[in-house]
Amino acid sequence: MPIKKSKNGEFKPLIVAFCCNWCSYAGADLAGTSRLSYPAEVKIIRVPCSCRVNPMFVLRAFQRGADGVIICGCHPGDCHYSTGNYYARRRMTLLFSMLDYLGIERGRTKVEWVSAAEGVKFSTVMNEFSKTIHDLGENKKLGDLRCKEFLD
Amino acid sequence: MQRIFGLIKDKAEKLLAGGTVNRIIGWTGGEFFYDPTPAVFKSKEELEGLVYNSFCASNLSKYLINESKKDGKILALLKPCDTYGFNQLVKEHRINKDNVYVLGIECSGMIDINKIRDLGIKGITGISEEDDSLVIQTIYGEKSCRRSDVLLEKCLCCKGKQHMAYDELVCADKPTDGSCQDTLEASAKPSESTTDRFEMVKKLEAMSPEERYSFWRDELSKCIRCNACRNICPSCSCVKCVFDNDASGIASKANTDAFEENLFHIIRAFHVAGRCTDCGECSRVCPQHIPLHLLNRKIIKDINELYGEYQAGKDAESRGPLTDFAMDDPEPGIVAERGGDH
Repeated sequence: MPIKKSKNGEFKPLIVAFCCNWCSYAGADLAGTSRLSYPAEVKIIRVPCSCRVNPMFVLRAFQRGADGVIICGCHPGDCHYSTGNYYARRRMTLLFSMLDYLGIERGRTKVEWVSAAEGVKFSTVMNEFSKTIHDLGENKKLGDLRCKEFLD
Repeated sequence: MQRIFGLIKDKAEKLLAGGTVNRIIGWTGGEFFYDPTPAVFKSKEELEGLVYNSFCASNLSKYLINESKKDGKILALLKPCDTYGFNQLVKEHRINKDNVYVLGIECSGMIDINKIRDLGIKGITGISEEDDSLVIQTIYGEKSCRRSDVLLEKCLCCKGKQHMAYDELVCADKPTDGSCQDTLEASAKPSESTTDRFEMVKKLEAMSPEERYSFWRDELSKCIRCNACRNICPSCSCVKCVFDNDASGIASKANTDAFEENLFHIIRAFHVAGRCTDCGECSRVCPQHIPLHLLNRKIIKDINELYGEYQAGKDAESRGPLTDFAMDDPEPGIVAERGGDH
């Protein structure tokens, strides 16, 4: 399905949010039922745990045209599987640092801990992240020309 | 060098004749005198081809993955820095330690033939060394240079002369506690304290993102995807490699998009995060001379700064930093915070 990336020539970013099934996805749900708004350009991908997010997923998202990638999981100590998010934390820190080292803007990647009760936080986080990405503009450094067909 | 070579050969012959091992992995002469090739010797006659000189930089520990699965013990000639790779592979259960007899051999730093060429010395036909001075025979006559000026990049940040794993040591003089360092010519030894291995990483970190991006684009766009860096790496030891998957879109030889080069190198470096022993083999084998070790060193530097000093391969038991965690690890946001103004 092609995703419209521009509307009347105005930049409309594509943001991928990996949300853990137990906390952040429920948090997003709560944001919805509480009628809190967050930008429609945020596409949520549900994962069993934040540590399920392979660094390759993040890179793949960028390859296929994402302008920002955010990973949401349970707060440290609250992981449904006890320790998953601790591993994710180390992994993502190193990955983000690596991307920064290669000259990719550091604002494009983010990790946030959002619990199932934090609907408000979810919506704030997404609004803020979307604003950062709007400011950064289109992701030109990590996109793949071959994947342009997915996008408009 | 000649003396230590004699000792190594004697020892190897003895162990082979005594039945301790049934084959030996070492180096044999290549097409040129400066490209010795890893080889397995199965008999005393074959062992005549054994070579050990200042160009035997290749790390033999990776070959032991397959060799240690075969019948009988194999004698492995490992230099101090090779034992880190060996330990790492033992830790990951890739090498069957029972089938390997490690002969720790001394090393006084390996020579980079390209650095000699860069000095303007062409038509090289042979090299003889004495302490820190190299006499280079060329078709234009004899030339000379200092040994310490033409050491391999990886030898400039030498991890020390201590073997991390060995069954026996071969040193010119009596070994002292796993180290051959007393016997080495002090002048030829790279000074460990003066060279900061993260110097270049720090320099890159100080650049603006735009400068960094163009630096890496310039370097990585030279990549011809020969996969030599992956094949040589003692930490890259998956049976089925992610890059061998044709459907991955990143397995092709010719890069169709700049992204592919970036992705390959990010993934390659990240897959060995916390397991990279900083042996520098990736950069040494790169036919395009891409400074790949700078990617690995960045990860090592981050690990050291954020999770405490860690040297992969120092032992075969401890948990690597990415298979471990602490409750009070810094949040990923630290990357943006410590980045400064850029």
